This record gives sequence, structure tokens and C-alpha cells, in this order.
Amino acid sequence: MNLIGSSIKRLEDKRFLTGKGRYTDDIVLPNMTYAYIIRSPHAHAKILSIDTTAAEALEGVVKIFTGKDIAEAGINGVPCGWAVNFKNGDTMKEPPHPLLVKDKVLHVGDAVAVVIADSYGLAKDAAEMVMVDYEPLAAVINPAEAIKEGAPLVHEDAPKNLCFDWELGNEAEKVDAALDASHHITTLDFTNQRVVPNAIEPRSAIGHYDDAYDKYTLYTTSQNPHLTRLLMCAFTLGIPEHKVRVLSPDVGGGFGSKIFHYTEEALVIWASKQINRPIKWTAERSESFTTDAHGRDHVTKADMGFDENGKITALRVRTQANIGAYISTFAPCVPTWLHGTLLQGLYTTPLINVQVDGVFTHTNAVDAYRGAGRPEATYLLERLLDTAALEMKIDPAELRLKNFIPFFDGVEQEGYQTQVALQYDSGNYEPVLNRALEMVGYEDFRKEQEEARKNGKYLGIGFSTYIEACGIAPSAVVGALGARAGLYESAQVRVQPTGKVSVYTGSHSHGQGHETTFAQVVADKFGIPLEDVEIVHGDSDAVAFGMGTYGSRSLAVGGSAIVKSIEKVIEKGSKIAAHKLEAAEEDIEFAEGKWTVKGTDKSISFGDVSLTAYVPHDYPQDLEPGLDFSSFYDPTNFTYPFGAHIAIVEVDAETGKVDLKRFIAVDDVGNVINPMIVDGQIHGGLAQGIGQALLEGTIYDESGQLLNGSYMDYAMPRADDLPSFEVDRTVTPCPHNPLGVKGAGEAGTIGSTPAVVNAVMDALSPFGIFDIPMPLTPERVWSAMQKDT
Amino acid sequence: MNVTISTTVNGQKHTHEIEARTLLVHYLRETLGLTGTHVGCDTSGCGACTILLDGKALKSCTMLAAQADGCEITTIEGMAQNGELHPLQEGFHQEHGLQCGFCTPGMIMMASDLLANNPNPTEAEIRHALEGNFCRCTGYHNIIKSIQYAAKKMQQATT
Repeated sequence: MNLIGSSIKRLEDKRFLTGKGRYTDDIVLPNMTYAYIIRSPHAHAKILSIDTTAAEALEGVVKIFTGKDIAEAGINGVPCGWAVNFKNGDTMKEPPHPLLVKDKVLHVGDAVAVVIADSYGLAKDAAEMVMVDYEPLAAVINPAEAIKEGAPLVHEDAPKNLCFDWELGNEAEKVDAALDASHHITTLDFTNQRVVPNAIEPRSAIGHYDDAYDKYTLYTTSQNPHLTRLLMCAFTLGIPEHKVRVLSPDVGGGFGSKIFHYTEEALVIWASKQINRPIKWTAERSESFTTDAHGRDHVTKADMGFDENGKITALRVRTQANIGAYISTFAPCVPTWLHGTLLQGLYTTPLINVQVDGVFTHTNAVDAYRGAGRPEATYLLERLLDTAALEMKIDPAELRLKNFIPFFDGVEQEGYQTQVALQYDSGNYEPVLNRALEMVGYEDFRKEQEEARKNGKYLGIGFSTYIEACGIAPSAVVGALGARAGLYESAQVRVQPTGKVSVYTGSHSHGQGHETTFAQVVADKFGIPLEDVEIVHGDSDAVAFGMGTYGSRSLAVGGSAIVKSIEKVIEKGSKIAAHKLEAAEEDIEFAEGKWTVKGTDKSISFGDVSLTAYVPHDYPQDLEPGLDFSSFYDPTNFTYPFGAHIAIVEVDAETGKVDLKRFIAVDDVGNVINPMIVDGQIHGGLAQGIGQALLEGTIYDESGQLLNGSYMDYAMPRADDLPSFEVDRTVTPCPHNPLGVKGAGEAGTIGSTPAVVNAVMDALSPFGIFDIPMPLTPERVWSAMQKDT
Repeated sequence: MNVTISTTVNGQKHTHEIEARTLLVHYLRETLGLTGTHVGCDTSGCGACTILLDGKALKSCTMLAAQADGCEITTIEGMAQNGELHPLQEGFHQEHGLQCGFCTPGMIMMASDLLANNPNPTEAEIRHALEGNFCRCTGYHNIIKSIQYAAKKMQQATT
């Protein structure tokens, strides 16, 4: 049976369906203690004193640590994994992010002390008895305000609150001149608002120092346990890596927010050694809101020029990106290398210049959230395209078709060199848009829209044709761009003596279904039953090394590493088979689970070769026993999925409420291993992108309080906010990885946001409205409609 | 202050002395070790802790365990019978209604209440019934299909 390309039902489902998933907070260790972290209620304040006397006297309280204890232990804080330097070559400002703050808190939620007790309730009771005396200071929240002279400084040694400034593309003067000479310029001045990833499982960490073995174990809700181990051991705590085991068991969603090495992970590990007992910390939802890294938060001005035929002449982008108070693990690369490099989009724009300031503010850190930089790039491009179409009275689909990069497969035709550093691997853009137009019934819709308007009903259609760069990433390339790690992936394929196969992958599944998809690849390539394959992940003692799961990289990079190991198994198996079948190795071929002497019916099965490898009584003299191979796969390029998304909305003129009536997504993610799982990834991505367009966004007040930091206050898509989605795909294989796959995890989020906003603007075009800041709440839409009529 | 409560959970009788302030969800997770019921928030907003109390769906973080004294409770662990998945569990598997699995128990318990009262719900009725349950992975698309699958299967079983 051809397993690759089949919608196999997920092998991991049963434990989740029966309540037997094993998430970090489900784990209880003998003699375990519980930590409650005391956090700053102020966005910016001096800590004058901390009095823990009364709390320490409470029975059941084991220990209280403050920032002073951490400083005295010589622990500086968690490191950043990516450097983006200033344009003049100065190194970026990289202030430490302490595990517990000693002198000055820099955002609401900043950790000042930890109470460890025999139960969580007790720890919380005791925390209420800890007296922290603060002197509040002025705070700055908006990055555009923070870079002005006289704004409160987040870090004394970062003038104008600049973490870095950065530029990419063609010379600014050339782009300015091209814009000046353009027939038409479309300008957008907007905020891509801050959103909260909100994995439904709150972050959790259990630290356990075992003095019998002098060994540490960390259970953590991480998308990449190995990187957490490396950063924590080598930088945060300076403890020996071989004495630390990091496990990420079942993880309840990540969406980027669980990529990063967080202070709490190091805190429970360090403190566990101090008290010689295991410690569990689990975030309450309000803590998640103020400490999980947030996403987006760009203030942007963008100008796009067009000639008289509607061809794009130039693009200029100026962005202030909010870093937050501290630099999270990958924060600097998100608004720069994952944003600026995507500004070519699907278009032949000949001149592009992008400049980005990374700005500190008294807010929670911002880092990669599903899409990471690419949704921001796509939002500005696709909003510019639809706005230009409205302004120039050109059909938005037609405007895109005029500007698409022509077909290239990356084999016969070279990859497409953009103006912003990347070389696209393969692309065929017209078919995705044409298919989406066909699905939506475009001409009929325009007629329906016209009729509806006569009856006071405002229907709108919005487009988004996006590209993204995923399968992150060639190590040498990202190293040159500031990454402080390689971005390869590892895989070990261990064929057991009985022919069963254990696969150890450095990718981490937290909903993506790797236990099924990866098993499909292995079973298909070996020609063995699916149930003979086990995928092991999320344990640094079992898996040699890993770079984890984010940037839609698991199959393209992690899957390719598995394929490399599979090939090594087959190659060694051929030597064993040649010996057993008394044939020359070059006469042996492997297919459908057996090695055969070409042109004969002489063959040996997968199981027999496996057994022979481990019971080598009749065996090639110069061959080692065993059938077990590790590989590291470092991609040669990013890979570039693309697609066309169309939203249809109806705006209620009485209330301003936007009803998303239909959403059509045609995505090209390269070859597909499991269509059911890929569709599921697209659905989930769409919901998050639509959420940003219509519902989501943090609200900070001037003093830096997050006013909507709970599920009572932060709006996120619920079941009745969304329609069922209409999805389809085209297939343009990736030319440079062995499976021809691209990536599907982020596509939905990247493409959908501008499609929805464009649809609302289309609906409101009779009112002369061209932009409304996201999220497009009824209040904002209604207000805009009042102003302009 | 401690109180003694007796409950029947998934058909098993229990009597425990617990802290009076213990929430029902913590009693299930910590006292009984039934960790399939999850905690996703502190404000009864996410629905991951949904269980059946005397047959009705309830967010177990909204109630003290002491209030459940004498009640019958069903959690996700009690849905499969004799090793056979409940039609809702089967539906979520067949229609790929789960990804990370964290919201899934709450979704299934909520859907169980819905189908008990409305055996053949429309898509709009299902979406409305799930209003109190967040899923961040699936966009709800396949959850709707999963519940439709179960509704059909359960109806076939009764006719």
C-alpha cells in the first residue's frame, strides 16, 4: 500500500481521546514541591524592599528565593539565540533577562520572587504574605513613542530604546526615486497589533535534581527540548549538559510561544538543587498572558508604486518592531530576516527597501508567533495590493495576475532571486489564484454583491496571495544572518532485530501528528506495516540532538533527516542481502520490503536482513553488525509554500459586526504525506489569522497594564465565530529536499489575515473607507462607517 | 478546614477528606489522579475542564469539590466502555477533530451533553453549543464534523 499521500487516521489519537495524554502538569514526582512566582504589578518600578518573614514562617513553606539570591548565585539570565546588529556594525543591545529581578522590574509580570511549598495552595497563600515595596516609574508601551527623545528608557545603556536598527534590499535612494516617478502610489500607515499565542495548555516546568546520580531532569512544555537544554546548560546556569535530561512530553499546542528558553525552566532546575526536592511550576492563565512571548506588534508605514499599467514599480517599508522589555530567544530575527525577506511576495517588484527598528518597551517580550514575521510582511503587501486596486479601480485579482512572478520549477527553470536576499525554490502562482476564483464563483459573487448593496446589505470579497519561507533553515545562511545555532535536524532510524523500527527525531510534535506522518514515511520507504514503526521524540536522553519544531520545518528538515537514515539502512541492508543471496551488491535492489537479485525471484525480506544484522553468524566479513543509523540533515535552502486565500464577509450596517460568510484557501505546500493532517493544519492556521483580523489584540493602558489579560477579556475565535472552510491545493514539489515537501503549519495564518480585512474594506468601499485598524471589532467598523457617511 | 465528600466518578464510589477550598477539577486531577480533565485558564473561559455532573456538562473549575458531594460524575476517562470508544471519541478520531489533544476531553464532554439533548443538531447548533470551549489548533472545522459523525452513529444505534 502506498502510505505516502494517504489520509491515515492518527496513531497518537487514542491516548488523547481517552484522557491518557501525559502533559507536564499531569506529572507528579515523589516528594514534589510546588512553586508560585510573585510577579510585578507594575510595568516599570524600582524594588525598594522585599519582606518574606511572615511567609517563611508559614507551615509547609519550603523556601523563598528572591532576585538577590539569583544574583548572589551568579546567574545572569536567559540568553538570546539570534543577533541582529546595528546598521553601523555596533552589536545589538542585549540586556540580561534575569530569572528573578533584583532591582528594577521592566514589565507587568516580571518575576521578583518564588515561593516553594508542599502544595500549590500553600505556595499561593504564602506569596500573599510576601511584602514587596515598589517605587513606580514612568513606562513606555508603543515602539513609535519609545524611540522619541525623552521617552522613559527601558535599559539605561540602550539610548532611544533601540535594540538594533536594520535595513535590507535595494538602495533607499533608488527606491525613493522610483516611487517619486510612479504613476500611482498607495500608502498604508498602520499597526499590526500585538496578539497572544494562547496555546490552551499553559506553560509548565518540573525541575528535579537527583543527588543520587548528580543528575537534573527538566520536564517542560517546549517545542524544542534540546535547544532549551543547550541554552540552559551552556549559558543560563553553567551546568554540565550531559548531566541534564530535558523531556517535553505531550504538549498542548505551542504556536511559537513554546519555542523559547524561559526563565522558569532554569529557575525550577536551579532551585530544585538548592532544596533537593522536585519542584513543579505551572502558569495560571493570567501569567501566560504576561509572560508567554507575544506576537506581531509592528508600527509600519509602507508605500507601493505602480506604473500606468498597474505593474508594481517599487516598495518602501519602515517599521518599528516592539521587542518588549527583554529579548526573547529568537526575537531579533522575527521583524528582520523573517519579515523583510518576504516583501517580494509573489510579485516581480523590481525595487524594495525595508528598514526596521527593534525597540524596547515596558511590555512582555515579543517573539515568533505562528508565521513569525511572514504574516506581518504578507499583511502589508496584500493590504497594499487590494487598497491599490480600490484606488486605481482595477480588479484586485487582475492586479495580482499582472504582477505574479512567472512559473519556475527550480529544476528546468532556476529559482527566483528576490530583491530581498532569498532565492525562491519553485513556484506556480497563477493556478492557485485561478482555482480559488473558480471555487468562490467570482463573477457571480460580484453580481450578488451589487444586488445586495441596492438592498442595504454590504457584502465584500478580499484577496490574499501569499508566499512564505519555511523549512528553516540552511545553517550557514542563518549563521551569516546572526543565528547562534545551526538549524539542521537529526534523526536516528534503529531497525530492531525483529524488523520493527524505532525512529528518534529531533522534531517535536505538539499537535502536528508526527507520530503518524513520520511513521507513514518510514513504513512506505521500508515497505513494512505502519504499526511496525514507533516515533520517539521530546526526550534528550533518547534523541541524540534536535533543533525542534517551528517555522513549518518538521517534515521538510526533520523528515529529510529520517529519509537520510532510511537510505543508509537500505544501503547496508543491500550488503547483507548480497552476502545472503550470494550476489554482487550492485545486482541487489530494494523494493516493497525486500531485497531482490535483479531480474530473478531470489529475495530476502526486511525482517530476515534485520535479524541477520543482529545475529551475524553468516555475515559479510568487513561489515559491522547492527542496523541503526543517525543522520543530520541541513537543508540547502528555505522552502517556499504559497497560496491564494479569499474571504467573503457581510458587514451589518446597523451594528458594524462583520460576518465571515465563506473562506476559501488554495495552498501549495509541495508534496503531501497525509492530506487529512495538512488540511487540519491549514484550518487551524486560518482560524488564528482570522482571529487577528476580527477579534484579537492586546490592550495596554498608558501605565503598561495589560487590560485584557484573561479569557474573559481577550477575544479569540470561538466555534460560532467561524464558518467551515473551503480548502484545496495545488502541488509544486520542493526541488531540494528528498520528499519534495514544503510546509503547512503556518500557511493558514500567514495568508488569511489580510484576506479578511480586504474583504471588509471591499464591503465598505461605498463609504470611501480604505483602512480600519485591526481587530475589526463592530465598534471600530461602525464608527468608521459613521465618520465617512 | 477540611470536609469529607462522597462521589461516584465513572461508576466508582469514592470518599475523601479534602481541603474545603478544593475546586472540583483539582479533586479530579490530584485526589483521584484523573488527569484527562485539563486546566486551561482561571476564569472558566476555556472549557478544557468540562465534565458531566449528574449528566449535565459543567466546567469543573467553576465548582468546589464539596458541592459535588453525593453527585455522579463522568470524566473523559469514563467515556469508553469495555475498551470500546464512545461514538464521540470515534468521531474525533475518524474526522481528525483533535491536534494537540488538550481541549479534546472538554470538547467531547460538552458534545456529549449536546447530543443527549439534541441528537441531530445542525452545524449552527453545534457551533453554538461549543461557544464555551476554546480550541486553538483545529479552527473547529473538524470538531464540527466529528460531532456530526457521532450524532449519525448514535442515531443509527438507536433506530
